[in-house]
Amino acid sequence: MRTPPGLSPTVFATARREFESVVGAQWVFTKDEDTILYRDAYSPYLGEPEERWASAAVAPASTEEVQQIVRIANRHGVPLYPISNGRNLGYGGSAPTYSGCVVLDLKRMNRILEVNEENAYALVEPGVSYFDLYRYIQEKKLKLWVDCPDPGWGSVVGNALDRGSGYTFPYLRNHFDAHCGMEVVLANGELIRTGMGALPAAQTWQQYKSGYGPWIDGMFSQSNFGVVTKMGFWLMPQPEAYRCGRVLVRRRDDLHELIRLMTLLENSGITNGYPDSSSPLLGIGSIGAQARFLAVDEPIPADDPELQRLRDRAEAGDPSGLEAYGQKHGLAYWTFDLKFYGPAKVIAAQWEHAREVLSAIPGAWFEDQDEYHFPLAEEPKDHARYPEFGIPSLNNFSLGARSSTNPTPSHGHMWLAPIIPRTAEAIFEANRVFAEVARKFGLPQLRFSLPAWYWQRSAIFIFGFPVSEDPAQNKRHREAFFHVIEVAAQHGWAEYRTAPAFQDAVAKQFSFNNHSLLRFHETVKDAVDPNGILSPGRYGIWPKHLRKQP
Amino acid sequence: MNAVNSARPSGFRQLMGMALLLTALFTLESARAETPAVNTAQYISWTRKTVSTSPGTPRGYVEYQNSCAVCHGPMPERPGTRALAAKYRGALPAMLEDRRDLQPAFIRAMVRGGVSLMPPFRKTEVSDEQLDAIVAYLTRPRN
Repeated sequence: MRTPPGLSPTVFATARREFESVVGAQWVFTKDEDTILYRDAYSPYLGEPEERWASAAVAPASTEEVQQIVRIANRHGVPLYPISNGRNLGYGGSAPTYSGCVVLDLKRMNRILEVNEENAYALVEPGVSYFDLYRYIQEKKLKLWVDCPDPGWGSVVGNALDRGSGYTFPYLRNHFDAHCGMEVVLANGELIRTGMGALPAAQTWQQYKSGYGPWIDGMFSQSNFGVVTKMGFWLMPQPEAYRCGRVLVRRRDDLHELIRLMTLLENSGITNGYPDSSSPLLGIGSIGAQARFLAVDEPIPADDPELQRLRDRAEAGDPSGLEAYGQKHGLAYWTFDLKFYGPAKVIAAQWEHAREVLSAIPGAWFEDQDEYHFPLAEEPKDHARYPEFGIPSLNNFSLGARSSTNPTPSHGHMWLAPIIPRTAEAIFEANRVFAEVARKFGLPQLRFSLPAWYWQRSAIFIFGFPVSEDPAQNKRHREAFFHVIEVAAQHGWAEYRTAPAFQDAVAKQFSFNNHSLLRFHETVKDAVDPNGILSPGRYGIWPKHLRKQP
Repeated sequence: MNAVNSARPSGFRQLMGMALLLTALFTLESARAETPAVNTAQYISWTRKTVSTSPGTPRGYVEYQNSCAVCHGPMPERPGTRALAAKYRGALPAMLEDRRDLQPAFIRAMVRGGVSLMPPFRKTEVSDEQLDAIVAYLTRPRN
């Protein structure tokens, strides 16, 4: 058994006994065999002294129990680290940012409090997974979809609080944006409800987000200012149909107009599903396309050696040979898959309009992809795309798991995910910059890449760095990761989300006016959690007694 | 069947517009004619969760479906099944439910320790009691 830093074993023993009196002895975990289960399975410091560890875990079953635990922790100065499902793999999992925290495991708070079909919303507790909510909706035969991230075992609340993403309508893909109303236990044990929930007789808690006065919900995401115990979410009415149409273009420089028009179509509400891009000539797809490819577990066809030579030339600045190769073999330089949800008649017209708009690109051509009607009559064939049909799964763990094409799987991964502008200029520039880092550190995963398109107004690169059992390799990857964070920031790009190991490094980049934003966070932290008991260090926000001078 | 898979050749934009219109009309008709009632059990089964069980179904079977089958389910695309297929190359079944060599201590070590991309499972997710049931199911006597 370990003790949080700075706490005497006697005081910690008293706190544990008090936790036990609240939740029952079976829900306070102190034995090493139990606390080790809270390790971050994908820790970039796997097995090294810097790997984060929990001193204990306590698992309440209700908001009232959370309030009591927080008061006890405050009284004794015990640092707590709330998790919901603990499945934020690649971004810290269930391990605390600050070693020695008692993990406040909210998995047992798994009630679905309300699902309203007419207004398409849900109110849930933190332990509710995407699988749970999906199952509830199916059992009640409600015509609603949940916007799911790739792994369906995560918490709906936890994913939104870490600002995760999904695959349906633009306003639902951003899971934090899709929330409506929260209940939060503050560090002193006080309970607040945000938005319209602050009205004692609230009728519209999940129907109007901002309530009255300052809208503070954002302060409880990627932060450590409170413990969210309930959260509302907007859901998607089950559409009549889904359609995917592909636009293909011939030249490298067509990417400029392609992204401009794709963005215009999305911002105009013509397309309303997750757009996906690829380059057949370069042999690359976005992460979604890669996952799809890997999910079928077929050997990757060997590329024509001539094609590889032409790719190298294109990367060096002369794409003409590659373009000619494409012309000869009917291969596109770039493609975009546009997705449409709605009545079959309407989305057919939207696709027709999108084709008219995109025909402005000389030589562009179009292919109809699949079309589905809902409810589905059979399981989707494309196993990487379940979330596009509102079905949670874990299928995309095929990306990285052992397979015939990947005989030596990794032990996990960390995601490097900088946000860049939605322009071809930015994509080319970011690839140039990341290629330099790749050369410097010998990292094949930073090869030319297309971003993901979760966010409506920006693009996001996602590079997976494997975590292995080889500390030397993990060290090399961490060094590269830290380096990319700095280099990206020099170009005005930064991570949208990152693992605890890198949270200080990313927070440091947001340094406008001598770190005035981080200093504001610290002012808030000192005011709402003066003893610094909630998630010390999460997203770079440290309580006063642990704060280092920048 | 109401999923329409179509990969039409490019070009002939006007013709395609007409074809699309026809497709739309056709699918609308077929949707009217064929749309089944929401098949709850089927929809849930796609997440490998158990929907309903007849009396006498072993508890371990239910726990296995709800906690394990989403990765170790009976389809080659499930990451766990696929990973074990690649690992054993036919020497052992890729589906854990088909294995007869699994030892209780080994199952517990995998669930609590994790392996490769599979993380450990905490006791708030799979309790010791649930794990016992899963172990009993995977090591059940068979002829």
